Amino acid sequence: MRRLAAALAGLLVVGGVAVALSLEPARADSHDLEPGSIERGARLYQAGCATCHGDSGEGVDGWPPIVNAGEASADFQLRTGRMPYAQERGQQAQRKPPAYGEQEIRDLVAFVASLGDGPAIPEVTLDPALLSPGQRLFASNCAPCHGASGNGGALGGGAIAWPLTDAPPLIVAEAMITGPGQMPIFDWPQEDLNATVTYVEYLRSAPSPGGFSIGGIGPVPEGLVAWFVGMAALAAVVYLVGREWDRTGDGG
Amino acid sequence: MFRWLDERLGLAGWARTGLRKVFPDHWSFLFGEVTLFCLVVLVLTGVFLTLFYVPDSTPVVYDGVYLPLHGQTVSAAYASTLDISFEVRAGLVMRQVHHWAALVFVAAIVVHQLRVFFTGAYRRPREINWLVGIGLLVFALAMGITGYSLPDDLLSGTGLRIIHSVIISIPFLGPWIGSLLFGGEFPGHAIISRLFVFHIMLLPALLIGLVGVHLAILWRQKHTQWRGARETESNVVGKAFWPTQVFKSTGLMMLTAAVLALMGGLIQINPVWIYGPFDPTRVSAPAQPDWYVGWLDGALRLFPPIEFTLFGITIPSPFIPGVLLPGLAFGIMTLWPFIESRVTGDNREHHLLDRPRDAPLRTAIGVAALSVFVILTLSAGNDVAAVILNVPLEATTNLLRLAVLVVPIAVGVLTYRVCVELTRREAAAPGGTRPVAVRLRRTADGGFEEVD
Repeated sequence: MRRLAAALAGLLVVGGVAVALSLEPARADSHDLEPGSIERGARLYQAGCATCHGDSGEGVDGWPPIVNAGEASADFQLRTGRMPYAQERGQQAQRKPPAYGEQEIRDLVAFVASLGDGPAIPEVTLDPALLSPGQRLFASNCAPCHGASGNGGALGGGAIAWPLTDAPPLIVAEAMITGPGQMPIFDWPQEDLNATVTYVEYLRSAPSPGGFSIGGIGPVPEGLVAWFVGMAALAAVVYLVGREWDRTGDGG
Repeated sequence: MFRWLDERLGLAGWARTGLRKVFPDHWSFLFGEVTLFCLVVLVLTGVFLTLFYVPDSTPVVYDGVYLPLHGQTVSAAYASTLDISFEVRAGLVMRQVHHWAALVFVAAIVVHQLRVFFTGAYRRPREINWLVGIGLLVFALAMGITGYSLPDDLLSGTGLRIIHSVIISIPFLGPWIGSLLFGGEFPGHAIISRLFVFHIMLLPALLIGLVGVHLAILWRQKHTQWRGARETESNVVGKAFWPTQVFKSTGLMMLTAAVLALMGGLIQINPVWIYGPFDPTRVSAPAQPDWYVGWLDGALRLFPPIEFTLFGITIPSPFIPGVLLPGLAFGIMTLWPFIESRVTGDNREHHLLDRPRDAPLRTAIGVAALSVFVILTLSAGNDVAAVILNVPLEATTNLLRLAVLVVPIAVGVLTYRVCVELTRREAAAPGGTRPVAVRLRRTADGGFEEVD
C-alpha cells in the first residue's frame, strides 16, 4: 500500500511537471510583450468585443465594463471560450472551444491589460508537499459549489459551478483571482493558491483506487449501478437458475 | 453420526418432512432467496470490517498513506476507514463488496416485495408474513442508514445533519429526541459510537431474528403458487427441497456472492477519501443518501418550504415530507392486506396467486405508488441532473413537482385500462380465460398428438 501511495505521488509529480512545462511559454510571453501585440489586439477587440464592452472597455448598455479586468480575466474568459458571449443576456457564459487562436488570444489579452489596472496572469507551481493544505482549502472553499470530487454542482438561478475536470492549473488559478460569473474572488497568498491548484490537479489526474470510477460523486451513479448492473445481473441469474428446466418433471 | 444425533435429538422425522418440502418452480420466487444471500455476504464482509473499524469520533492526526489528508485532524472513525481502504490487506475490496451488497440487498427486498404485492401473495392466511416483511424492510433501511454514517466522512456527515434536522422538526418531541440520540447539539459526541452499536449489534440481531421468523412462517404455511394445470388452492406443486431446491439455492448463493464480489472488486463505491473528513462547518455538493433513502431526500427537495402554526405549535417545513410522508407510506403498506380485504370483502384463504391483470385496481394503485417512489427518488438527484443536462436547478425541481402530481394518476389509469383490456382479450380468445396445459403424446413414427 505504501508503494501505491508512492506511485500516486510519483504520478502526480510527473503530471505536474508536464503541466508546468506546457504552461511555461504562455506565461513568459504574457510578461514580455511582443512588439505590435497591443495594436493587433486592439483591432481584434474592435471587431469582436467593442459592441458590448465599448471602445475602451467601459461597457455599453449595461454590459460589463472590463477596464480593470486585467490579463488574468481576459486570458481566462478567452481560453475557456466563455467570451465571445453567445447566450441570451443574463445567462451564465458557457464554456466553448476558444474562438481565437493562440496568438490572437495573447494579443487580445495584451490589449485588455493595457486598458486599466487589473490582475496579471498568475504564476502557479504544483507542489506535492502542499497536497494536504490544498485539500483543506478545497474542502472549505471550493467543494461547496464544485463538489468534493470537482465534478461540478448546481447553483440557483440557472447557473452551475462547472466541473473542474477540464480545468488546467493556470485556468483554475485565473478563476480564483478573478471570480468569473457567480464565483467569489479568492485572492490568496501565493502558497495557498499553489496548494489549491495542486489539489485540483491531483483530483483531475491522480488515479483513485477502488476500480472503475463511476464519477466519484456518490450515491446517484452508485444507485443506478446497483439497480442496472447489480440487480439486473441478479435478475438474469435468478431467471437462469429458476426457470423451468425440465417441464416433464413430476415435481418430486 | 446421524444415528447418534437422531437418538438424542429425534430429528429424523422432522428432517424427512423438511427435505421433502415442495418449492414452486417459478423463477420469480427466488428474489427472496437472493435477499437472504445478500445478507450472508453482508454479515461476512461486515464482520471483517468490524475487526478494523474504530467507532470513535475523538479527533486524531491522520498519519496514513493517503497524502492529501496527511497531517490533518480527523475523527478516529474516519482515520480507521481510510486505513481499511488503503492499508488493511483486502480492506478496500471488503468495504466495497459490503457497500454494493447493501445497495443490492435493499433492491432485492424491493423486487421481492413487488412480486408479493402484485401477485396478491399477502392475502389470507399470509398477512402475518407481510407484516414481518415490512419489519424486515424497516430494519434493512435502518441498517443502511446507520452504516452509511459510520465512516464519518463529509458526505455521510451531511446526511446525518439532514436526518438530525428532520428529527428535530417533530413538534414537541423532536428537539428532545435529537438531543437524546446525538448526545447534545449536533453533531454531539456520541452519535458515531451509538450508530455502531445499532449497526453491528442491535439491528443485525433484530434483522436476522426476523428473517428466521419470516422463513419459519413460510415453511409452516407453504408457498403460494401460480395457477396451472395441476396447481389448485389445496396443493403445492413444485420440486422437493432435497435434492432440487438445495442445489438451485446453493448455486444461487454462489452466483449472488459472485456478482457482489465482482462489483466490489471492479467498481468504485463511496470513495470517502475524496469527500474528506466530516466537519460541521463544511458541506459538499452534490450530497445524496444511498438510493433507498433517496425518495425521502427527494420529498424534502420537492416540498415547498412552508412553515405554519397549528394550535400554537410551529410545524417546521421538514416535518411533512420528512416524517409524515414516510409514516403515511409505511402505514398504508403495513395495513394494505387488511385494507384490501375490507374493501373487496374477500376474506377467503388464497394459495393461488393473482396475475397482475386479475386485480386491476390493486395493480393500478401499486404502479401509481411505485411511480411516486421513483419520481421522488429521481428528485434526490435533481442537482446532478441539472449539471449534466445544463438546465436550471429550479426547472428540474418544478418539473418533478408537476410530475409527482400528474404521473401517478396517469400511469394508474393507464395500468388499469391495460389490465382490463388484457382480461377482455383473453376472455374473447378461444380456449377460455386461462392458459391451458397441453399434454402431448409421442407417436411411434416420431410425431406428436394432443391428448385430453
